Amino acid sequence: MTTDAKLKAKDFKSDQDVRWCPGCGDYAILSCVQGVMAELGVSKENTVFVSGIGCSSRFPYYMDTYGFHSIHGRAPAVATGIKVANPDLSVWIVTGDGDALSIGGNHLIHLLRRNVNIKVLLFNNEIYGLTKGQYSPTSRQGLRTKATPFGSIDHSFNPISLSLGAGASFVARTVDTNLKHMREILLQAAAHKGTCFIEIFQNCVIFNDKVFDEVADKQVRNDRLVTLAPGEKVVYGSDGDKGLRLNGFDLEQCSADEAMVWDASTASAAPAMLFADIDRASDLPTPIGIFRKVERSVFENDVYRQMDQVTSNKGPGDLKSLIYTGDMWNVD
Amino acid sequence: MTKTKEPGAELPLQQQEEVTIRFAGDSGDGMQVTGNQFTNTSAVVGNDLATLPDFPAEIRAPAGTRPGVSGFQIHFSSADVHTPGDAPDVLVAMNPAALVVNIGELKPGGMLVVNTGSFGPNDLRKARLEKNPLEDGSVDGYRVIEININERVRLALADSPLSTKEVQRCKNFYTLGLMYWLYSRPLKPTMNWLQEKFAKRPELVEANQKALQAGFNAGDIHEMFQGRYDVQACDNLPAGTYRNIMGNQALGLGLLAGAEQSGLKLFLGAYPITPASDLLHQLALYKNFGVITFQAEDEIAAICAALGASFAGCLGLTTTSGPGVALKAEAMGLAVSVELPLVIVDVQRAGPSTGMPTKVEQTDLLQSIFGRNGEAPIPVLAASAPTDAFDCALEACRIAVEYMTPVILLSDNYIANGSEPWKLPDLQKLPEFKAKFRTNPEGYLPFMRDDRGMRPWVVPGTPGMQHRIGGLEKEDGTGNVSYDAENHSLMTHRRHDRVQSVRETIDTPEIFGPDKGEVLMLGWGGTRGSIQSAADRCRAAGMSVANMHMRHLWPLPKGLDEIFSSYKCVLVCELNLGQFFRVLRSEFPQYNFLSYTKVEGKPFQSVELTRHVQELLEQ
Repeated sequence: MTTDAKLKAKDFKSDQDVRWCPGCGDYAILSCVQGVMAELGVSKENTVFVSGIGCSSRFPYYMDTYGFHSIHGRAPAVATGIKVANPDLSVWIVTGDGDALSIGGNHLIHLLRRNVNIKVLLFNNEIYGLTKGQYSPTSRQGLRTKATPFGSIDHSFNPISLSLGAGASFVARTVDTNLKHMREILLQAAAHKGTCFIEIFQNCVIFNDKVFDEVADKQVRNDRLVTLAPGEKVVYGSDGDKGLRLNGFDLEQCSADEAMVWDASTASAAPAMLFADIDRASDLPTPIGIFRKVERSVFENDVYRQMDQVTSNKGPGDLKSLIYTGDMWNVD
Repeated sequence: MTKTKEPGAELPLQQQEEVTIRFAGDSGDGMQVTGNQFTNTSAVVGNDLATLPDFPAEIRAPAGTRPGVSGFQIHFSSADVHTPGDAPDVLVAMNPAALVVNIGELKPGGMLVVNTGSFGPNDLRKARLEKNPLEDGSVDGYRVIEININERVRLALADSPLSTKEVQRCKNFYTLGLMYWLYSRPLKPTMNWLQEKFAKRPELVEANQKALQAGFNAGDIHEMFQGRYDVQACDNLPAGTYRNIMGNQALGLGLLAGAEQSGLKLFLGAYPITPASDLLHQLALYKNFGVITFQAEDEIAAICAALGASFAGCLGLTTTSGPGVALKAEAMGLAVSVELPLVIVDVQRAGPSTGMPTKVEQTDLLQSIFGRNGEAPIPVLAASAPTDAFDCALEACRIAVEYMTPVILLSDNYIANGSEPWKLPDLQKLPEFKAKFRTNPEGYLPFMRDDRGMRPWVVPGTPGMQHRIGGLEKEDGTGNVSYDAENHSLMTHRRHDRVQSVRETIDTPEIFGPDKGEVLMLGWGGTRGSIQSAADRCRAAGMSVANMHMRHLWPLPKGLDEIFSSYKCVLVCELNLGQFFRVLRSEFPQYNFLSYTKVEGKPFQSVELTRHVQELLEQ
């Protein structure tokens, strides 16, 4: 029952049938997360998965941990309440591009700025799946959907630059077709103190199939994706012979030898922002990996630190002295 | 050294049973401080009292203009006080704008104290007056006391190191001193308060104390008044220890007490909104009680965080006003669906939309009872007076914890900022409702029921009892997602029945007056005092009138059928267009309900209620 024995990935599977479409990228992510939970050796009872609404938000039902499937866009707020109420819990949010960036955009940025120690997994498939195929805030301009029969005219959000702009202390990206990389990112996120924002390129087979194939397909990904790993050179290519480096305020391709060494902890988020802004259509490879990782104070720790401080200054609260105070008089 | 005679000692002292004073000035004139000090001192001398501030929504509307007028009314008495008084006996007007805004409500023959120092051409222009109202007949029929307070304060503080501007800021204490003299109040409580308030600036303590004393002395020296008054202590109050308290403060203390009685950590998620923000300010002070206050990014996040905290084992609380309730509606539905305790406080203000944020109205009742998608029943109760807010807050916490449900507690602007003497509760006798977390996994299902129909509360961190909750319909017992038709019907009825079962633990409201007769005046919320006063007057005039006031508005308490059948008509008095009237008429179609309403952003006057009942009986 408790976690004396080492748990396995299957121990994190709930008894519920998983009901995503066959071929959905969510299956791979679910299985990876369950594996990472086992690897981390966390206890099921101290883990909480919180979600909003959307295909990805069914995720908590499939985890044998505590879970809260809340309302559209509000998972960051619900999760903040849970984490602040009990900081001993490991709290994870599973969300999608519509849930986190459209209806819940406000909550996401405020979660990131507060730096509550919560891990956010944003399954980005650039489409509304559950409502059957409308364009989302990450859909590419021109995308034809039922809601945009002549093509979307909306400019899209870039989840990575948005979270960098909101002051996130940990920002990463991974893809549903590279579980080895996803595992590494999840392990790093688990170790980070503060809000972790992880964008996962996730394929929706029904409404936006193969949207990431131009960079993430196994045939091309070595040349079209580049991994940002702190302390390592920014190199890519099937032969590992290509690299990226800074030229003024621009990134440019170079040889592996000339490639810059990635630093995710610079004082300014500007270098990360340059990588975030690489468009999939550009000649440069699309970055995955860790864009940003900085230490800063964690919200719930400060909540309790302040509470302790006030208590040590004022002494523990006494209701009676709070009520029986000020100018009082007696009536006999 | 010869002992100086007490100023005014030779003037006749007249006993009065009750007096209503309204202080009115520019919002920068410190009228709220003046009113609060007068209130506090009157409480200390043992009067029963009720107060009502009336201030603009703008922090500092342009000085001297009509929108910038800030008022504070106090009704103090040697007998029971139910309301802050209909019309003032005394109006203190610090400038022309304050005069013209308030003069219409001063009682005929009432006393008008005017600061003539602020009646220059510029002041008149700011108040958009072409003529000086002191000279154009506007104040005929009142006892006008003209006094140049600006000049008096300047002279009194001639030796002060303060700047001219700072000296003029002491005007309100001069005025307060004058009123203390007129109504024979002691200076000491305010002297002490000044000492504490400005402990770090002794020059301000000295100046304000000097101004207060000068105002007091002026009453005698300048022979402005024909006499002094006294209002004796009220001897009708039940025995006990008292202090004066504002509604919002009492509510905040009640929530804190509610958390203590439930044994839960209080988690407040709130977003700033007038007139509920004071609750956030107050609870933010109680960190040494383990209270967590979270100022969220919006109203929705505030309630969602509170609900998340409830899931994790706190007593979740969110405080707001009408527009915020509208934004929280979906999350309230989630709380209904997941069956977790949550307290939602709505300090009502006038609407719709932004409406009039600092004015009173009772227009959120139907929103509270019915304003959610789906069948989403929530118990609703309303505080009836500043001190009742303490008891109601406790009661809201009790229902939330005992019935695993969100609860809406209604207050309003009149209660929130009004004040009255509070008989301090015996903390040993507060209701107990310790929350129980289930920790035994044996036979546990997330949506199993106890004999009262409640599901067990299991908090994350409890081994072997991992479960998922959410807004999708749940299968009875297991809590698994279910779209089954019969199950949805069963769960909908379970949620309905659970809320209705709150009736088992609430009292039938008390009836004042005859237990059968012509008219039953019925109210809820902050109108209690006005209705009580009006009913008292009607009975004194020989009319067959009873009155009752309801705390629990949903579900309705038991025993109403018997009450309603005992009167020819039930007159539902409320500050909306008949919201509770509609509820009662649909629940009890067999009785004769009549509706009396008002939506002026102001409380009922007992006179208007009395007049209406009288007309009703004459028909």
